[in-house]
Amino acid sequence: MSAGAHALAGVAGDPASRVHALDPRAKVVGLLGVTVVAVSAPLAAWPVWVLCALALVAVAAVARVPARVVWRRARIVLPLVLLVALLLPFTRSGGASHAVGPLHVSEEGLATLAAVAAKATIGTVSAVLLNATTPFPAVLRALEALRVPRLLVLIAAFTYRYLFVVAAEAGRLRAGLASRAYDPRHALHGGAVGRAVSVLFLRTHARAERVHQAMLARGFAGTMPRAEPLHAGAADVAFLAALGLLPAARVLFEVV
Amino acid sequence: MPCSVHARALTFRYSDGRLALDAVDLHVGHGERVAVLGPNGAGKTTLMLHLNGLLRGQGGLEVAGLDVGPGTLRSLRARVGLVFQDPDDQLFMPTVAEDVAFGPLNLGLAPEAVRGRVSGALRAVGMEEVVERAPHTLSLGQRRRVAIATVLAMHPELLVLDEPSANLDPRARRELAGVLGELPGTMLLVTHDLPLAAQLCERAVVLDAGRVVADGPCRALLADDALLARHGLELPAGFDLALVPRHGAPQEVAA
Repeated sequence: MSAGAHALAGVAGDPASRVHALDPRAKVVGLLGVTVVAVSAPLAAWPVWVLCALALVAVAAVARVPARVVWRRARIVLPLVLLVALLLPFTRSGGASHAVGPLHVSEEGLATLAAVAAKATIGTVSAVLLNATTPFPAVLRALEALRVPRLLVLIAAFTYRYLFVVAAEAGRLRAGLASRAYDPRHALHGGAVGRAVSVLFLRTHARAERVHQAMLARGFAGTMPRAEPLHAGAADVAFLAALGLLPAARVLFEVV
Repeated sequence: MPCSVHARALTFRYSDGRLALDAVDLHVGHGERVAVLGPNGAGKTTLMLHLNGLLRGQGGLEVAGLDVGPGTLRSLRARVGLVFQDPDDQLFMPTVAEDVAFGPLNLGLAPEAVRGRVSGALRAVGMEEVVERAPHTLSLGQRRRVAIATVLAMHPELLVLDEPSANLDPRARRELAGVLGELPGTMLLVTHDLPLAAQLCERAVVLDAGRVVADGPCRALLADDALLARHGLELPAGFDLALVPRHGAPQEVAA
């Protein structure tokens, strides 16, 4: 990976696209809005879900995020969500029931599975698109500007910053174990892993102290300084107005 | 000459009973560049943490014209810039720009002034092109230079660097030496890298077991093999002090 590509870790598609250039607040609100609309829709709200999916496809197309990238990232999260939902047809009762071998599949359970799958897919793809079109630091600034409690934003910021540092340290510990021929064959051999984890914890704790000292050394007095304000433009308003049709469709669906 | 650092019988004991600083007397004049040398565990980093009040020992300590104490911490931290050994400790914000802006914003500067400070500091270390990058995407040498910029942006009177050349490859080390050589102002260079000390500092102080055991012109001190050996220091094999390029003119230091 080139240094330039690495700089925008997570960003995919055309970095110069209109979607990438939007105010991060508009993207956070808009894509979160799509998720909320999809998740809050009642069972069998297929017209609403189709509209949500079309909106996401449009965003991906304008941002030139390839379907392959969306699929690759979504498949990390989706199986976990769908695994739970897969049990629904077998555990739910209601509607007609069909025997599949020794198990019974209820129609209502199948409908719920389909609804959960639709909601989960839309939510996941929204998150993937936000991540692909907005560098994480910009998402953090947007959250801060949207008045998400600063402590939460701060925790997210430190997590993002030090995840890579801690992961690199964990990788070195693992290499250290492997290079001394550590090859666990059963659970009782896991002790070394436990000790490596505790070493990692202690190192991280010591690092936290040093980071705090470095913050104090630069005049940190308990509150993070305010970053420069973000500026929204006509494109952001248009983006939100277009996505604003989705909640309207969702309300109409229930009224009609 | 006004004193930038004025320590009198500075003593510090860690809570586990270890004596880290043992009656340290150190006087650094305005504009001096002083190398603080010594083996591991000599108390070099402990001394550095005292200079802007992160640790407080017994004895007298005046830094950049301020008595170090609870009442002066805020102004002290504006005047003394510490660059920590591990840039991952120093760079804690999501982007380089936000990290360099952290100090100036804490000083209460206006946004335009902060922008100027950020670009000026990054220019001083030759790192303008990484301004929007996340620190974890930079090389160690780049992170070191950005870490120095985070402190330069505060326009400190005294710059204290802890092992700035540790773990750098030769090219990154040479570039860093060039950057440091260009910086104005008073500088304390805490290091094991004796050639770097010879290149950048007129004066050196050797710390061992929490005491100042030698203080004098850097080159004279580094030429004293017996002294270096006594305190766990040595120049690289085959190293010729006479060939080291010199940054800045040597200064006479009153004992």
